[in-house]
Amino acid sequence: MDKTTFDNKPIINGRMHVSLKHDSAHKHVTGTAEYIDDIQEPSGTLHGGLGLADRAHAEIVSIDLSAVKSAPGVVWVITAEDIPGFNDVASTGQHDEPLLATTNVQFHGQIIFAVIAETRDQARRAAKLARIEYRDLPHWTDIDSARENDAPYVVEPMTLKRGEPETEIENAPLRVQNHMYIGGQEHFYLESHIALAIPGEDDEVIVWSSTQHPSEVQHMVAHVLGVANNAVTVQTRRMGGGFGGKETQGNQFAALAAIAAKKLKRAVKFRPDRDEDMSITGKRHDFRVDYDVAFDEDGRIHAVDAIYAARCGFSADLSGPVTDRALFHADSSYFYPHVRLTSQPLKTHTVSNTAFRGFGGPQGMLGGERIIEEIAYAVGKDPLEIRKLNFYGQRGSNRTMTPYHQDVEDNIIARVVDELETSSEYQARRQAILEFNSHSPVIRKGIALTPVKFGISFTMTAYNQAGALVHIYNDGSIHLNHGGTEMGQGLYTKVAQVVADTFQVDIDRVKITATTTGKVPNTSATAASSGTDLNGMAAYDAARQIKERLIDFAMRQWKVGRDKVEFLPNRLRIGGEIVPFDTFIRAAYYDRVQLSAAGFYKTPRIHWDRKAGRGRPFYYFAYGAAVSEVSIDTLTGEYMVERTDILHDVGKSLNPAIDIGQAEGAFVQGMGWLTTEELWWDDKGRLRTHAPSTYKIPLASDRPKVFNVKLAEWAENAEPTIGRSKAVGEPPFMLAISVLEALSMAVASVADYSACPRLDAPATPERVLMAVERLKAM
Amino acid sequence: MSEAIRFIVNGEEVTLGDFGPTETLLDYLRLRRRLTGTKEGCAEGDCGACTVLIGRLTEHGLRYESVNACIRFLGSLHGTHVVTVEHLAGRDGALHPVQQAMVDFHGSQCGFCTPGFVMSLYGLWLSNGTPTRADIESALQGNLCRCTGYEPIVKAAEHISVNRPSSLFDPLERDRIQIMAKLWGIHSGNDTTIITKDGARSIVPASVAAFADILADEPEATIVAGATDVGLWVTKQMRLLNPVIFINHLTELQSITSDETGITIGAGVSYTQAFDVLSDEIPAFGRLIDRIGGCQVRNMGTIGGNIANGSPIGDTPPPLIALGAELTLRSHSGRRTIALEDYFLSYGKQDRLPTEFVEKVFVPRPVEGSHFAVYKISKRRDEDISALCGAFHLVLDADGKVETIRIAFGGMAATPKRAKHVEDALLGEVWSWGAVSAVRDAFEQDYQPLTDWRASAEYRSLTARNLLTRFFLETAGAPAELRRFELEEA
Repeated sequence: MDKTTFDNKPIINGRMHVSLKHDSAHKHVTGTAEYIDDIQEPSGTLHGGLGLADRAHAEIVSIDLSAVKSAPGVVWVITAEDIPGFNDVASTGQHDEPLLATTNVQFHGQIIFAVIAETRDQARRAAKLARIEYRDLPHWTDIDSARENDAPYVVEPMTLKRGEPETEIENAPLRVQNHMYIGGQEHFYLESHIALAIPGEDDEVIVWSSTQHPSEVQHMVAHVLGVANNAVTVQTRRMGGGFGGKETQGNQFAALAAIAAKKLKRAVKFRPDRDEDMSITGKRHDFRVDYDVAFDEDGRIHAVDAIYAARCGFSADLSGPVTDRALFHADSSYFYPHVRLTSQPLKTHTVSNTAFRGFGGPQGMLGGERIIEEIAYAVGKDPLEIRKLNFYGQRGSNRTMTPYHQDVEDNIIARVVDELETSSEYQARRQAILEFNSHSPVIRKGIALTPVKFGISFTMTAYNQAGALVHIYNDGSIHLNHGGTEMGQGLYTKVAQVVADTFQVDIDRVKITATTTGKVPNTSATAASSGTDLNGMAAYDAARQIKERLIDFAMRQWKVGRDKVEFLPNRLRIGGEIVPFDTFIRAAYYDRVQLSAAGFYKTPRIHWDRKAGRGRPFYYFAYGAAVSEVSIDTLTGEYMVERTDILHDVGKSLNPAIDIGQAEGAFVQGMGWLTTEELWWDDKGRLRTHAPSTYKIPLASDRPKVFNVKLAEWAENAEPTIGRSKAVGEPPFMLAISVLEALSMAVASVADYSACPRLDAPATPERVLMAVERLKAM
Repeated sequence: MSEAIRFIVNGEEVTLGDFGPTETLLDYLRLRRRLTGTKEGCAEGDCGACTVLIGRLTEHGLRYESVNACIRFLGSLHGTHVVTVEHLAGRDGALHPVQQAMVDFHGSQCGFCTPGFVMSLYGLWLSNGTPTRADIESALQGNLCRCTGYEPIVKAAEHISVNRPSSLFDPLERDRIQIMAKLWGIHSGNDTTIITKDGARSIVPASVAAFADILADEPEATIVAGATDVGLWVTKQMRLLNPVIFINHLTELQSITSDETGITIGAGVSYTQAFDVLSDEIPAFGRLIDRIGGCQVRNMGTIGGNIANGSPIGDTPPPLIALGAELTLRSHSGRRTIALEDYFLSYGKQDRLPTEFVEKVFVPRPVEGSHFAVYKISKRRDEDISALCGAFHLVLDADGKVETIRIAFGGMAATPKRAKHVEDALLGEVWSWGAVSAVRDAFEQDYQPLTDWRASAEYRSLTARNLLTRFFLETAGAPAELRRFELEEA
């Protein structure tokens, strides 16, 4: 008998709105959580190695693979002609991304062939033995040289326009025109890409893929195999980190593994080395922002005209929606009375850039915050004053309309900023820093408070749908499956809380199962921070359907009214009787109640017309703010983050521990993007920062020395989301802009704050020192 | 001669005679033993996902240290105890206090780095019952986490240190005596071990004398101590090395002693081992050691190896050269001692015969009242390779004039190199702001640095000049360097 039979506990374990450990935490710390490379391999599993281009842009004149084929352990070599279906893994449907290069290569590291061997070591060694002759073509790898070469756009640019920016910019009292460079970012998920394909009968194949988007991997594998989607099953229990880097980039490894598995009738695993992974998978887009801003002597913005140019790489991938989202966030938290924003998604001979936490939003917002800095230095005020002056207004204020013609209806930024300004003692600390700087010859300090307003929803409206599958077995145990994937963000835990809460059972009773295309079809990527919003609601819908049937059953069986059926913790009160949950479920089974349901959800109220630049792309906004204080060394450019205070809005949190973890982690990751993480290509188009020895993400000793992170406990989503919570994956990433701006203030001190330092990102010690030198020379 | 090595993996004794000289511990654990808790994140000793502990007998008894399994070769494991994350939880499945704290403080998100963090924290837990925040951060320098922002992990570590439970919870403390006995058993009656697989040989010499004799016959051999550099030749460049001579077990090379003349560091002394002595004797040098690699790399890597491989960006040669260190090379036919700065001939070329090996380095004690500083400049403060690293050693006479000054930089030329023109320009001058400002441009005559991904030539040149300024300010009593922790906090 279930031990909960006699349980009179007033409250379940794992309800909504409480801190709960990650469902896999115990397995993480004992090393028993299975990642794909840990799964016991089927006997006879073969391993793949990759043959990569060593030119940035060239015609392939000839390929000699004889030495590869005769190398020890080699079973097969795959070239483009061996692909049974289409040689195409473009996620956009633009057919601009071949799985294997044929006549030309367009970036250093493009895959030309793959080797299948008995061991991974043999496959890797054999892949180096190809002799490939090239005829070089002109190449460009960055935004400026793309412009010089009249590079094509990888997708149609977008323009957002409201009011009369052309004339208003001319008419305003003050005006600044300049530009900013913003670097890209490598995801550096700790688990590199990996796929394991296991052949089945007929045309079937099962692929374990480390992906945020199992459905797309499924469709792409079917596409390259030339089979229907129903022949392919893709499964993902967990990823060792994703951050957007596994939204589209896993397709190629899954496709190669599946082709080889079907051809050789043996399981095949592809696990690129870290250096390969970093060289051949896309990253966050670099941007150049050319801005033109008009304002008055108080610092109030009259008009903004900005061009956001991006390094997209050789193909479109997600560059269209990424550059769109940059424009959607170029306003940051500010009302632009007249505005024109244009994207330039430029083709470059580099790996195709892709999704990364924030998805263009951080770059868009950083451009907006640079504009604020420009105004502050031009009028001689604290940038925080300029920020407050230009915040979106409350409803009815005439200052709520975004550049994309959506009204900001749920604005809480002023309250968030005010509370943080007080709790962090911003004003007193800023005064102390100004005083310190006036006496300190070498070490200088800076402090900055920056806001975040981030739009939630996929801007492609169709993606805002989700499915879930819930079963209750006849012993009362619950099986939960949904289309979202777990990459560490705690999605599985939160969705399980929703189901446990709905049935009022302890969360231990809910088994969270691996995401698979066989249970929930046509899912969207776990991306755009939407995982919980979408899958939580879909799971709730499934649970709700079963619960309705159970209530009907109880009313029938116990002959009571609906109001006499009550779900208490691990038991029900039906009329005067208390029935343990498992007993009740068994009774329902014998009464032939369907104990399984598929749930579905689609986000309401959203629509978007890209051509017109109008609509309501976002269901709601998430808000937050951060204050960071830094010290810099004006002799070397070295720096330290002394303290950061964060106040962040997650609506009514489903799980505060997980949400704080997201805020802390996103902040530090964002800080890495803006400080030490630098992607460096040489003149041959080779990425030279392709491993942690050369590409420097933050360490424990880089996090703010004092780090105070709080959720806005009073916040509730104005929209009826799951538990009135808000998305949390991406928004806090942009809190790190406070670090860059604090560094900027410290730099500005060497010229007595008379000039905008125009500190570009990433602000490596070198960039900080060079900015110091530039300002000293003024 | 023996044809197998013996070691312990968790609770099991292993005799292994079937492996190649470049087979890594990580592949052995994951592929042969299916101990998949240990992960591969980077295969270059940087991310720490593969962290395991290795216990070995030292003069201080059985000592466990965190290492990177991804670049540790099997041939270096003779007589050691390899401890993986699978060994921590109790037999009843109860979590070890280190693991429990990581759960309670939400220290894992995606979980892929977590076993590595657990092992690093476990290594700290075993060696330091009351770690400061600085100790914790130092222990975690070799572990990358991309999800948590580290805050909950550090909080977990602090919690463990203030709530240290009974040692009965701990498998290594519980079994300490038995493990020591087993390791003593393995070590007794040692002779040279040679293991051949597919024609490739791993040679584990019985003594330093045996090593010298073997090297005389095998001048093509690759000598491997910590493998923190050679490991990457294998995992990244896929080089085939044959034969490999493993020397990390030769305790004769691992002594570090100091007397009134100076400090003598055996070639096999790890950074960790050197840290204690150097931070006492020459504090600035100690602080530099703490910024080399991560804790795992410092536990494996040796100062002898840092010198021997001749890298222009090794971190220890600049301070050693500035201090006037001498290098002793040994072969089967004898020894010779040279000034360290003369060892570095040109890029990739050192004054070492194939039959010679680095035996020790002698660091003369700085004279009373002299000034010494070393500054490492890198993109990220910890666990990064220098963009440039400058060391300054100054002796002033009674009139405040420069009696001797030695300045050496890494990252500024094809070898670690002295700034002779700058030194000459300062000799005999009054040590003053004016003198220091006047010689800045002399750096141009000493160094024409390159631009690469770590820094531009322009930045390197400017920063080298500015470090002289920093050194001057510090000698004048005006601290001008950012430190994360004040000395009293550390």
